[in-house]
Amino acid sequence: MRPGSGIVPAVKDLLYRMADDALILGHRHSEWTGLGPVLEEDIAFSSIAQDKIGHAYALYQLLHELGEPEPDRIAFFRDAPQFRCCHLVEYPNGGYDFSLMRHFLYDVAEQCRYHLLESSRYEPLAQLARKVRGEIKYHVFHATQWVLHLGARGTEESHQRMQQALEQVFPLALGIFEPTEYDDLLAAASIFPGERPLQDRWLETIVPLIEQATLRLPALEAVVPAYGGRCGIHTEYLQPLLDEMGEVIRSEPEAEW
Amino acid sequence: MSSGASHHTSQHPKQVALQSLDPRVNRLGIPSELSDFAPKPLQDEWEPYEVFWRERPGEQPVHVGTVRAPDPEMALVFAKENYCRRGQTYSLWVVRTADIHTFHPAEIDIFETAPGKMYREPDAYKVVQKILRLKRGRQHDQEAKSTS
Repeated sequence: MRPGSGIVPAVKDLLYRMADDALILGHRHSEWTGLGPVLEEDIAFSSIAQDKIGHAYALYQLLHELGEPEPDRIAFFRDAPQFRCCHLVEYPNGGYDFSLMRHFLYDVAEQCRYHLLESSRYEPLAQLARKVRGEIKYHVFHATQWVLHLGARGTEESHQRMQQALEQVFPLALGIFEPTEYDDLLAAASIFPGERPLQDRWLETIVPLIEQATLRLPALEAVVPAYGGRCGIHTEYLQPLLDEMGEVIRSEPEAEW
Repeated sequence: MSSGASHHTSQHPKQVALQSLDPRVNRLGIPSELSDFAPKPLQDEWEPYEVFWRERPGEQPVHVGTVRAPDPEMALVFAKENYCRRGQTYSLWVVRTADIHTFHPAEIDIFETAPGKMYREPDAYKVVQKILRLKRGRQHDQEAKSTS
């Protein structure tokens, strides 16, 4: 990929969307550290949060190689309108039911996305996709077991709360696949097949799992996807998160760590 | 649509909320005085599982600890990240603690052997194991050096 060629803005947009999702969701997950339901889960979920931040860092690094600022600068010094994450990742954690369902729907989508990217013509991203395969496999295993357990093997209350969480999270999760002006360009260049094929793959994967968890997926036609994040239009929850996340580094931007 | 967050509100509106350097704690609105703290009822406990870990092919599985989980799959979910998130892992086993059969602690004298039978004690094997472990350790050090 030559710098300056017409495809660069499209690749950057894809990288920003993926990286911002990973950073913000990683931060939300990390808010559970020390407050998780049991010790083993607290450690596992915190570790997943760290992995997500690591994925964001690797993607920001690719952006840096394409001429964007350093990863720390991109992560901590932008405000909400410059972010390209979807609304799903911005929402406060709420209960563990909400957090787990978000983690499940997001991570299956992420696994599908990275799987498609393994054969991308943009080689650095194809390499990264192969590198994170194992970590994301664990994230999906973790999420799936929790959803199956609380949905099908738990109590009446756990089933009902997971159903409620699914209804809340599903429209937000559809926002992951908000179409962008670059989709056709990326597909034509064999860099990424696009958000629509990704959404189809994601649905094919989650439908049998949700059935196995004895939960009911809301009808796709009856749901309004939470779009806007990919164009910089965000929920009221993103800016306060950014203020808190960047508070220390912004107080002394030139400090050596 | 409404937020997924069921925002935590203080159960004790009259009391001053606990102030912490951690903004997450402040958001919980925990009262600074916890005088009327009723003990929680005992809930159903998850079962303990023993975790065995193997670093690489050819190594013996090593018992590394326990996890509590509601079923074997969840035990694997927890064991993987609690015991394998750093360093190398080749395989991981979980076994329900209740499925491990052993002697009662009061019966451990069953392991005592009568003295004066040196000819039956395979000391040489212990030395061989020690040497193997040393050799492996040295190999690891060299590998670590060559990669760093």
